[in-house]
Amino acid sequence: MSTAATAAPRSLRSYAIWLAFAVVLAVLPLLFQSSLARSMLTQMGYLVIICLSYNILLGQGGMLSFGHAVYTGLGSFVAVHAMNLATKGQLPLPLVTIPLVGGLAGLFFAALFGYVTTKKSGTTFAMITLGIGELVAAMSLMFPGFFGGEGGVTTNRMYGKPILGITFGPQLQVYYLVAAYCFVSTALMFALTKTPLGRMLNAVRDNPERVEFIGYNTQRVRYLGFIIAGFFAGIGGALASVNFEIVNASDALSAVRSGGYLLFTFLGGATFFFGPMIGAVLLVLASVLLSEVTKAWLLYLGLVFLFMVMYAPGGIASLVMMNLRVAKFGKFGRLLRPYAGLLLAGLLVVAGASALIEMIYHIQLNAGAGSQFRFVGVPLDSESPTSWLASTAVLLVGMVALEFARRGFVRVWARAQEEIEAEIRQREPA
Amino acid sequence: MEFFVISLLNGLSYGLLLFMLSSGLTLIFSMMGVLNFAHTSFYMLGAYFAYTISVAIGFWPALLIAPLLVFVLGAAFERYSLRRVHKFGHVPELLVTFGLSYLILELVQLVWGRATVPYVLPQQLQGPLFTLFGTQFPKSRSFIMMLALLMLLAVWLLLTRTRIGLVIQAALTHPETVEALGHNVPRVFMLVFGGGAALAALAGVIGGNTYVTEPAMAGAVGSIVFVVVVVGGMGSLAGAFLASILIGVIQTFAVAIDQSTASLLNALGLNVTPQTFGWELLSLRVADIAPILPYLFLVLILIFRPKGLLGKREG
Repeated sequence: MSTAATAAPRSLRSYAIWLAFAVVLAVLPLLFQSSLARSMLTQMGYLVIICLSYNILLGQGGMLSFGHAVYTGLGSFVAVHAMNLATKGQLPLPLVTIPLVGGLAGLFFAALFGYVTTKKSGTTFAMITLGIGELVAAMSLMFPGFFGGEGGVTTNRMYGKPILGITFGPQLQVYYLVAAYCFVSTALMFALTKTPLGRMLNAVRDNPERVEFIGYNTQRVRYLGFIIAGFFAGIGGALASVNFEIVNASDALSAVRSGGYLLFTFLGGATFFFGPMIGAVLLVLASVLLSEVTKAWLLYLGLVFLFMVMYAPGGIASLVMMNLRVAKFGKFGRLLRPYAGLLLAGLLVVAGASALIEMIYHIQLNAGAGSQFRFVGVPLDSESPTSWLASTAVLLVGMVALEFARRGFVRVWARAQEEIEAEIRQREPA
Repeated sequence: MEFFVISLLNGLSYGLLLFMLSSGLTLIFSMMGVLNFAHTSFYMLGAYFAYTISVAIGFWPALLIAPLLVFVLGAAFERYSLRRVHKFGHVPELLVTFGLSYLILELVQLVWGRATVPYVLPQQLQGPLFTLFGTQFPKSRSFIMMLALLMLLAVWLLLTRTRIGLVIQAALTHPETVEALGHNVPRVFMLVFGGGAALAALAGVIGGNTYVTEPAMAGAVGSIVFVVVVVGGMGSLAGAFLASILIGVIQTFAVAIDQSTASLLNALGLNVTPQTFGWELLSLRVADIAPILPYLFLVLILIFRPKGLLGKREG
C-alpha cells in the first residue's frame, strides 16, 4: 500500500471528526432546552478551552501548574473592565472581540510571570506556580480599585447596537459565542500539537537533556508553551465573565480554582488531546449536578482522583482508548460479561459506601433536621442501626463481589491483550 | 527597641515553627524526590488529634501520641498508595499527595466540623515567660522555640550519629548499593515518609493551640512552607532553616509596621495626597503587603539565585 493511499482516508477521517464536533456543538442546545442545561453547556464550552490550555502545560509540556487560575482570572478581570469601558463608549469594542481582549491579557501576564516560573521544571516549577498563584490572589485584595474587593466587579454584556438582531441577552446567543470560540480554540490548540513548537514541547517533557544537546533552549520552549497556554486560558476566562457578568477575585483567582482545573484535566486524561474535554464536561457535571445531590461531593471527588492516579494515570481518555483498541481487533464482545460483573459489584460498593458517608455527613451537618433523610430516593436514618448494618452489609458484599469480578476481568483482559500483541507481531514483518 | 526585640522574638518563634514543618518536607524531598503536597495536612491532623487527645487525657500525652498516630498514617499512605505510584514518575507522585490533601481536608471537616475547635494551651504554658520593656513574651512561643531546637538537634543526631541515619543518608545517593548490602530501602523510605509526617504533626500539636485550629490552617501555611523549601534550596536542611527564620522574621516585622511609601514621602517633605498619580500603590502600608512578602522573596530569589540560598544544584 502506498503512503498516499493511507494518507487520504486518514485526513478524510479527521475532517469528519472536526465536522462532527462542530455539529455536536451546534445541536446540543437544541436538544437540551432548559435554562439550567443551556447554562451548563455554556460553562462546558469555555471550560473545554481552559482545560485544553491547561493541558498544553501538563500533558504536552510536562509542567504541573498549580496557578492556572491566575491567567483565567486575570483574563476575566481585564475582559470585565474592557466591557465596562465599551459600555461607556470609551473603547470601540463589540462583544465578540472581548474574549480576544481577555486572551491578550492572559498572554501578557503569562509572559510576565512565565519568565520566572519556566526557569525551572518538574517539582520546583509546581511550587513556583503555587507561589505566584498565592501572590496574585493576595495582591487582588490590595487593589480594590481594579479587583473590586470582596464584592467583585460586575458588568453588562448587552451593550452597543445589536448586529443582525443579536443582542447577546439570551443564554442561547451567549452559548453560540462560546461554542464558536471553543471550536476555533480547540482547532488551534490541536494544530499547535502538530507544529515544530508543539513537538519540541513534547521533547522537552520527555527528555530535556537530549533537547539541549541538539541545540534547543529548553527554558525558551517551556516559556513559549506557557505563553500560549496563558493566551487560551485568558480567552476562557473572558468567556466566563461574559457568561456570568461578574468576577470575584476570591473565587476567580483562588488556589481552589487552579486545583480544580488540575484535577479535572487529569481525570479526563492528560496523555490524549481530547482528554481534557472530557474533564471539562465532568467538571461542570460534578460542580453543578453532583453538588446538588450530595454535600460530600468533594470527598467523592478526592477519592476518585486518588484511585485514578493510582490505577489509571492516563485518565478516562486512556481507558477509552484502551477499550477502543480491543474493539478494533474485534475482541470487545467477550469483555461484555466481565464488564457487567464489574459494574454490578462496583455499584454495590458505591451504594454501600456512599450511604455510610452520607449518614456521617448528616450527623455532622444537619443534626438539627432530625435523623431521617433521603439520599437519591433511598430513605436513611442516621440513628437506626438497621440503616448502618444494611449499608455496611451492602458495602462488604460489594467488595467481595468486586474482588471476584476483578480477578475474572483481569484474566479475560490479559488474554485479549496477548492475542492483540500476537496479531500485531504477525502483521509487521510481512 | 521594645518593638524590635519583641517582634524579633515573635518572628523567631514563627520561623522555627515553619522550620519544623519544612524540615520534614525537605527530608522527604531530598530522599524520595517526592514533593509532599499533603505535608501541611499532616500538620493539621496533628493539631486536631492533639485537640481530641488533650480533651480526653491532657496535653502532655498528646504531644507524644498525636505525632505517633500521624506517623502510622503517613507510613501507611506511603506503603499502600505512594509506592504504587512511584513507577509512574514524580508528577503522579505529587498528584497523589495533592489528592490526599483534598481527602484529609474533607475528612477533618467531617469529623470535627467546619468551625474552629477550642484547642487551648495547657495551664503550664499559659501566661508570660518574662517581661521585656513592659511587654510580655508568652510561654507558649518560647516552648515552640525550645521544641524546634530540640527537634533540630534530635534529627541531626539521628541522621549523623546512628546506624539508621547512616543507612538513610546512603540510600539518599546510592539506593541500589544500599539495597545490595541487604537493607530494605523501600522500608527506609516508608519510615522517612512517616517520620516527616510525624514532624509536621508535632508542629501541629504546638502550632494548633498557639495559633488557631481550623480546617483552613493547612492551606494557610501550606504555600509558605513551599516558599521556604524553594528559597532555602531544594533538599537542603540548613537552607530550610535559614529561609524559615528569614521569612518568619520578615513577615512578623512587616505586619507590625504601619507606614506606607506615601507617609515616608510626606515625612521627607514631599506633598503626597490622594490626588497624586499612583496613590493606590503609594498608600499601601507595609502591613498590607505583608502577606505577599514571602512570594515576592521567592520571585527575587529565583531571578537572582535560582538554586536557592544554600542549594547545591539547579533543579
